[in-house]
Amino acid sequence: MIRKSGCRFSEKIMLKQRDRAMDLSIRNVRKEFDRFAALDDVSLDIRSGELIALLGPSGSGKTTLLRLIAGLDHPTGGQIFFGGEDASVKTVQERNIGFVFQSYALFRHMNVLDNIGFGLSVRRGADRMAKAEIARRATELLDLVQLSGLERRYPHQLSGGQRQRVALARAMAIEPSVLLLDEPFGALDAKVRRDLRSWLREIHDATGHTTVFVTHDQDEALELADRVVVMNEGRIEQIGTADDVYDTPNSPFVFGFIGESSSLPIHVEAGQLWFEDRPLGLPAGDAPDGKALLYFRPQEVKLLDGCGGCIAGTVAAGRRVAGTRRLELEVGGHRERVEIEVPASHPAAARSRIAFRPEKWRLFGTPGEAAPSEKVRRISGWPAAVQAGEGSSAARR
Amino acid sequence: MVIDQPFSAAGAQTPPPRSAVTEGRATRVALTVIALLFLAVFLVLPLVIVFLQAFANGVGAYFAALTEPDAVAAIQLTLLVAAIAVPLNLAFGVAAAWAVAKFEFKGKAFLTTLIDLPFSVSPVISGLVYVLLFGSQSLLGPWLAAHGVQILFAVPGIVLATIFVTFPFVARELIPLMEEQGTADEEAALSLGASGWQTFLRVTLPNVKWGLLYGVLLCNARAMGEFGAVSVVSGHIRGLTNTMPLQVEILYNEYNFAGAFAVASLLALLALVTLIIKTILEFRYGDALSGSTGH
Ligand SMILES: Nc1ncnc2c1ncn2[C@@H]1O[C@H](COP(=O)(O)OP(=O)(O)O)[C@@H](O)[C@H]1O
Ligand SMILES: [Mg+2]
Repeated sequence: MIRKSGCRFSEKIMLKQRDRAMDLSIRNVRKEFDRFAALDDVSLDIRSGELIALLGPSGSGKTTLLRLIAGLDHPTGGQIFFGGEDASVKTVQERNIGFVFQSYALFRHMNVLDNIGFGLSVRRGADRMAKAEIARRATELLDLVQLSGLERRYPHQLSGGQRQRVALARAMAIEPSVLLLDEPFGALDAKVRRDLRSWLREIHDATGHTTVFVTHDQDEALELADRVVVMNEGRIEQIGTADDVYDTPNSPFVFGFIGESSSLPIHVEAGQLWFEDRPLGLPAGDAPDGKALLYFRPQEVKLLDGCGGCIAGTVAAGRRVAGTRRLELEVGGHRERVEIEVPASHPAAARSRIAFRPEKWRLFGTPGEAAPSEKVRRISGWPAAVQAGEGSSAARR
Repeated sequence: MVIDQPFSAAGAQTPPPRSAVTEGRATRVALTVIALLFLAVFLVLPLVIVFLQAFANGVGAYFAALTEPDAVAAIQLTLLVAAIAVPLNLAFGVAAAWAVAKFEFKGKAFLTTLIDLPFSVSPVISGLVYVLLFGSQSLLGPWLAAHGVQILFAVPGIVLATIFVTFPFVARELIPLMEEQGTADEEAALSLGASGWQTFLRVTLPNVKWGLLYGVLLCNARAMGEFGAVSVVSGHIRGLTNTMPLQVEILYNEYNFAGAFAVASLLALLALVTLIIKTILEFRYGDALSGSTGH
């Protein structure tokens, strides 16, 4: 349904929009509703032309941040800069932001062409544009979003994916300095989502907008964005490339939120990691002695035959996941549950014993239960990520 | 071999699917008949009688009754009052609905309650309030008299009373509609560079136009048909301060039934036309009107 072709975008649109792209700097921004802090000390620098994903669970403050950037709401603390200029003195209109709303917010009484041309048609004074010129530009954008032929349709006559693209075209029509998209594919089915995803990347590469999009879908964020901003409870947990946030998560939250994870309460003693009274065969590095949490990914484990330094457990449950098998193991006296991945052909029967060792792992300083990560880190006085093992050689050292 | 087969495939054996409505046929027919009878006796019959009475002395007498100077004056006054009250309440209703539905502010709940006040107060009381405000015994009375401003027992009083009684109609129609639509469209327009005024004219207003029309229609019907409040402030001066409903009452009290019903037939006609347009609106733009409450 979406034709893939990289070089069909009008040169004119591309060049114009490249000139306009702009750095964005968010400094110590805070937003409170009544007394509740929806955003708490958020700082973020976005480079011109970058494609940024705001990733986080529902309620983590993603939409709030987007609305502050657009000027639809105002921060209760901190500042936002547009290419060096303080944005607080600018009105919504002056910010020249392309905002694509989660619900699309297409004007229901206007046809597709009028929707796209709206931003141009409200220009007054010196910027005023002739009707014919507006129609021409709108048609050009309609072609860019690959909806030519639907000019006269009304929003209710379009599919979800088509509405989404009209909303994007409408936002791009004003040649925005920054393009903001709130869960752009949230309401669409999986197949359309995947198509639109690569299409958005193409459009971004062709037009060069500084783009920030919100998502709660990690695949979308990792696949699409230059950098991912992981948010939780109104704070930024980590900013980094897909590789950064996946391979070196800096907090238990990021580790747990992106990709699959298993964790185990352990303790550090004599330069070794210990689970209850057994050594794991993993070096503690410079982690201080005491309790800690060991995080690893189910697919990054090595099965062992004997157990002179390993995690050993009883198979409590198993399920087939596509090409592999997931096993849930009960380990130790408290029957802690961890998940590991084994080949589909693995003959793991219920109640049989299995020994393994994480090949990649990270250690976070926190005792016991899942308290809010931020608080725990402060209490224990540990750096965010105390120690990480990378690869089997590091683990065996 | 015996197989327990509760779901027989044989179509002939399956009973016809039972309606989700479990009442028997007789009950349904009885309920429908009762409802229709009720409507006939209390709504259709009076309407028919109005027209029968109006034409009791023939078509000539009917038109004579309508062209009689006092009747003409009453019709003109009614049209004048509606022509002033309806646009004012249109403006007020749109402004109030906009404020209530699109903005957060202190005292919003209070404003909403105030808008409903005319619905909960007897129209006679509404009229009396104006008498207390502007009457010769009131605080304002002597000052008004000294400056030669006549409010009570004159057109201004009638207009004021009508505005009071009809001001909820447009606002009540729009508030639920606007609240349901939220502020996303407006925010989209603003972010695209539209000014507040452009946003209102090009986005907010078109989004509620059918609800608005509907509200104006109801407002107009009530403005022309209002009796209680207007009766208190009008003073019943023939040919001067009588609106159509008041004229009907006077003629009726004088046993001029044909005349009374002739004027009444115009009001009935207004009601019918309103009803028909309302039905057409609901039929064609049901979705856009769905947020509205009936009166
Ligand atoms: N207008 C508002 N009034 C009060 N609370 C709000 C408002 N907008 C957002 N919030 C709260 O702020 C938090 C963050 O919301 P939001 O930014 O919408 O999260 P996300 O987009 O990440 O799901 C939520 O807990 C939400 O309830
Ligand atoms: Mg959101």
